[in-house]
Amino acid sequence: MIPLSFYLILSGILFACGVAGFLIKRNIITIFMSIELMLNGVNLSFVAFAAQWHELRGQIFVFFVMVVAAAEAAVGLAIIIAVYRTRETLNVDQVNLLKL
Amino acid sequence: MTPDLHLWLIPLLPLMGATINGLLGKRFSRPVVSAVALIFSGAALTQAAWIISQYSSLSLPYLQTVAPWLRAGSFQVDFAFYLDQLSLIMLMVVTGVGFLIHIYSIGYMWEDASFYRFFTYLNLFMFFMLTLVLASNYLIMFIGWEGVGLSSYLLIGFWFTKDSAAAAGKKAFIVNRVGDFGFLIALFLIIKTFGTLDFTQLFHAVAPLGIETGGVGVLTAIGILLMVGAAGKSAQIPLYIWLPDAMEGPTPVSALIHAATMVTAGVYMVSRSHTIFERAPIALMVVAIIGTLTAFFAATIGVTQMDIKKVLAYSTVSQLGYMFMACGVGAFSMGVFHLMTHAFFKGLLFLAAGSVIHAVGGEQDMRKMGGLRTKIPWTFWTMTVGTFAIAGIWPLAGFYSKDAILFRALTSPYGSWIYWAVGLLTAFITSFYMFRQWFMTFFGEYRGEADGGHDEHSSANHGHPDHGHGHGGVHESPMVMVVPLVILAILSFTGGWVGSERFDKFLAPVFHSANDAPAEILVGESGADKGAPSESMLAVVSVGVALFGLFLAWLLYVKSPNLPQQIASSMSGLYRTVSHKYYIDELYGWILIKPLVSVSRDVFWQGVDKGVIDATLDGSAEGANDVSDTVRHMQSGNLRSYAGWVAAGAGVLIFFMVWLGTR
Repeated sequence: MIPLSFYLILSGILFACGVAGFLIKRNIITIFMSIELMLNGVNLSFVAFAAQWHELRGQIFVFFVMVVAAAEAAVGLAIIIAVYRTRETLNVDQVNLLKL
Repeated sequence: MTPDLHLWLIPLLPLMGATINGLLGKRFSRPVVSAVALIFSGAALTQAAWIISQYSSLSLPYLQTVAPWLRAGSFQVDFAFYLDQLSLIMLMVVTGVGFLIHIYSIGYMWEDASFYRFFTYLNLFMFFMLTLVLASNYLIMFIGWEGVGLSSYLLIGFWFTKDSAAAAGKKAFIVNRVGDFGFLIALFLIIKTFGTLDFTQLFHAVAPLGIETGGVGVLTAIGILLMVGAAGKSAQIPLYIWLPDAMEGPTPVSALIHAATMVTAGVYMVSRSHTIFERAPIALMVVAIIGTLTAFFAATIGVTQMDIKKVLAYSTVSQLGYMFMACGVGAFSMGVFHLMTHAFFKGLLFLAAGSVIHAVGGEQDMRKMGGLRTKIPWTFWTMTVGTFAIAGIWPLAGFYSKDAILFRALTSPYGSWIYWAVGLLTAFITSFYMFRQWFMTFFGEYRGEADGGHDEHSSANHGHPDHGHGHGGVHESPMVMVVPLVILAILSFTGGWVGSERFDKFLAPVFHSANDAPAEILVGESGADKGAPSESMLAVVSVGVALFGLFLAWLLYVKSPNLPQQIASSMSGLYRTVSHKYYIDELYGWILIKPLVSVSRDVFWQGVDKGVIDATLDGSAEGANDVSDTVRHMQSGNLRSYAGWVAAGAGVLIFFMVWLGTR
């Protein structure tokens, strides 16, 4: 039996990778994938705890997260395509119209 | 049985006129404006005349309470009007002379662009003046008091596009504030001491008090403060400086406000408060000294003035000094007598001077007049009556009142030969400068420019250059101006024939009612003839003095017109001092205005206002600006920096939780 802490450490590493990728990368698609990575990091900790405590709620939560992530992927990719069509770039540093 | 007099209607009528003309006058034609003004001021006069006609059936004093006003504990003030012999005389003077001047103004102001505005102000003035005169307590009186100050300000600055007129209006208003301050403090003292401002109640409370001898009591303080107020309104030393400048207003204004009515409000107020003054000998002495000094001082300035209206202005100040001298020696009824005759002849003189100015096309400098006698005969003859009246020559009005004042100054228990001597000297100077004016204006050769030179009326440079000069040459004024002159001339001629004795008796219920005057005064009155010279002897002396003034003026300004110049240059220092009005304006500028301005500017404006108040506000605004400017840069629009902030926030939160957990 692999101890819980291993799963949690892996989950933390995945999440940290996601955060780092989100902060460092400039390409929107890479950023998008970093977000997925963070979500999956969290999913991993959910299922790990569910298995540890023999609870189903954690598993169900993961399904929810997956559903939302799928929807987000659809919307997000659509936005990315729209951005690319108007701005001709996927570099977030050049997509800064929200600035004051 | 006293009929209902509807006293409240008298002040209200001119107010209605002022309202109608003020709101609608712009759309009215000139005849309508004058009709409105005349109807309402005439109605006030008619009602006053009707009250006189009821005189025998009146039981004076008559009190009419219209409505309650202030109620504060036991202290109360009502909208109430009060009529006794004193206010009756004032009522007649104000409505009578006021109405005549309204008529005159129609002719004088006809060409002015702001015709309706003038009559609005004039009616407004009548309203306030009548309120002042008919008030039954000091607070209502104060309303009128301030109101006439306001209308005086509006009328002096009537041609407000001219700088000097605007400045003169402000000067009058501000100098009057100083006096009003004294008046207000006096009122507070009265409230504190007696708990009422109502004349009847107050004088009832004061009557049992004895005369304040030695040291200063509360009555003396009240009296002196009231005198400060009176000095402001009636242009006495040290607050007289506004009156000569007030001549910037249109001439009918000078006649109505600055000769006949408003400036006499101080005399009226002092007379009204005689119960207080009679119990405060020191306050009375202050009144007498101020009056005597002013009479003399202003008369000497009058000698050197070249502007026809300025001469009359200083003569007004001087004559008001006589009235205060009379009040100061306890002869209140004589002060009021002189007030009445003065209203007639000074109103006449001003209107006649206005007629002269009108005739020569706006010139006010007497050096450019002369020889007008035959050209404007009506003006000449009426002005002659006025001049002889003010000089105190028998049998004109001024003789009776001035002579009565001088007699009382000598014989009254409060009197002294000093007052009499200064008064007599002043009478001589008065006679001299009035005849000087008379000779300079009407005799000799015409010294003004010939035809065509007088399209420059005094009002020419303020918006209505068309002041009635579609004509050439000197010309007589229209009938609408001449008729009031004639009526006033008749009054100036006969006004004194009432005689001081009968006048005194008429006012006796006001000034000598048994429970009103302290016993000592009554004794003094009856024992007046303590070996003093008789009145007729004094009368001869004062007429002689007046005739000597006439002779001297004739000698200097008709016989040898070069002599005044020589005299002036031989005493150039003195002459310059006097003709610069003793540099009093400059002195006030140095002592009061300059320090005031510099303190206001350097301490209050630059120091307190800019340094503290503005700095606090500006500082906090600038601080907010700076903070915002720093924080603003967090909103970079850069997606990754937002993410960084979120991540950093999350990190801080986690560390905090961990710290909480491990603690």
